[in-house]
Amino acid sequence: MAKSTITFEDINVTVTVPAGTRIIEVSEKVGSAITYGCREGDCGTCLMKVTEGWNHLSEPSVLEDKILRENMAGKHNRLACQAQVLGGTISVKPV
Amino acid sequence: MNSVILHNPEGQPQAVALSERVHWIGALDPNLRTFDIILKTANGTSYNAYIVRGSDGVAIIDTVKEGFGNDFFARLESVADYAEIKVIVLNHLEPDHTGALPELMRRAPQAQLFISQKAQSMLKGLLKQEQLSFTPVLTGDSVSLGDRSLQFLHTPYLHWPDTQCTYVPEESMLFSGDVFGCHFCDNRLYNDQVGDFRFSFEYYYAHIMRPFKEYVVRALELIEPLPLTLIAPTHGPILRDRPQRYVQRYRQLSSSALHSEISAQQKTLLIFYISSYGNTKRMAEAIYQGAMQVEDVRVSLYDLEGSEVGPFVDLIEEADGLVFGTPTINGDAVKPIWDLLSSLTVINLKSKLGGVFGSYGWTGEGVRLVEDRLRGLKLRVPIPGLRVKLIPTDDEIIECKAFGLELAQELMGLREAKVINFADLA
Repeated sequence: MAKSTITFEDINVTVTVPAGTRIIEVSEKVGSAITYGCREGDCGTCLMKVTEGWNHLSEPSVLEDKILRENMAGKHNRLACQAQVLGGTISVKPV
Repeated sequence: MNSVILHNPEGQPQAVALSERVHWIGALDPNLRTFDIILKTANGTSYNAYIVRGSDGVAIIDTVKEGFGNDFFARLESVADYAEIKVIVLNHLEPDHTGALPELMRRAPQAQLFISQKAQSMLKGLLKQEQLSFTPVLTGDSVSLGDRSLQFLHTPYLHWPDTQCTYVPEESMLFSGDVFGCHFCDNRLYNDQVGDFRFSFEYYYAHIMRPFKEYVVRALELIEPLPLTLIAPTHGPILRDRPQRYVQRYRQLSSSALHSEISAQQKTLLIFYISSYGNTKRMAEAIYQGAMQVEDVRVSLYDLEGSEVGPFVDLIEEADGLVFGTPTINGDAVKPIWDLLSSLTVINLKSKLGGVFGSYGWTGEGVRLVEDRLRGLKLRVPIPGLRVKLIPTDDEIIECKAFGLELAQELMGLREAKVINFADLA
């Protein structure tokens, strides 16, 4: 299975994960300051900044895209409860 | 003496002029005692709505709670025809301000709806209409009514994501939504005429605005420079007598009560514990000693038995890291811990460091349950909780010291980079 690495910059922790993993499945376990509300892509609480490997994440769904726009999210911001890793090296941090 | 006339000689509700062009068209709810489950009010509340008349049309700013529409529409009709309504502004979509919106939209279908950028999905959730026409606005956006205009201020999270304020520069009036409001019902309407509402003003801030202090400060940056003759909130007295005093009070309430002795490069770590046989207490003291080894971490140790919850909430609000020690009794953390943790919704905890420890007899669930609660409160919990079965041994006391040290290092960003395999995560 394809592997990917996600680095949580705020706590300096890197995790090797299988492709398809959502950021939410990892960030709480390692104690990153990315925090969650609804956990289903509706509230925008888990907005995070992707500092590296933007292209290694799944494309935002229509729902996520709507929430990103409502929250005036920057170009490389994503919802951690929605974004899935596809491979490669990714770095994220809380906004 | 009541110098504000809320009804005409026939007893019908009528609008109250705040100026030649601006009227109050709200409703009074003197019998309400509990608002939104969490707030008490000793004399009810008001649902304030307003109408602004320009040379090129009329704007309605906010509406009232469902069930109070008769007063709202009667007051509106006393000063305007529905056909004149060009604009409807919703500063806040909570149902106590949007209850009359569907009927207003039915009576004034030509009116254009203005809501904040963040209110869009909320409006759809509220009205359950997919084909809804509205204009989302941000700071800098405005709409003209001819010789009057509405300028929008993006002031999110006061106290919902959608909240905004609307300023009418030609009148120097701020329509502030729930900001500067309070649950206080008095038919004299104005702050210089109503009974003493100071307690209600402070109580409302403490319960509604306090969790969003950082957003209050951002909103004040937009509001403080504005010339103000009057602040028109959606609840409680209309602030026409020295409105700037209420802006200043918000600034004070959003700052620390007492000057903090902690310098800019220092961080604070608070350790709270409760202990039945002294075992969790011994752990707490060892964690305290461990954390004290890290320079620039100001550590405090508190026995939950020694205080009411309120002062601890104040301490926690300004702390950088929080550690909780609880025994496990009957499979749960103990009540004083839960009492404290259930009192923290009035403050912002997001991204503070959290840690949990405790002694237990045979199951030890308390620590894990409190860790989950801390995550639910949006703390980060990067270091797994520390549990000790009954009396800590000398080695376990060393472990406690190392736990304290690690927490303090984490707080200062001193922990070394780590690489973990997903499969190894608990």
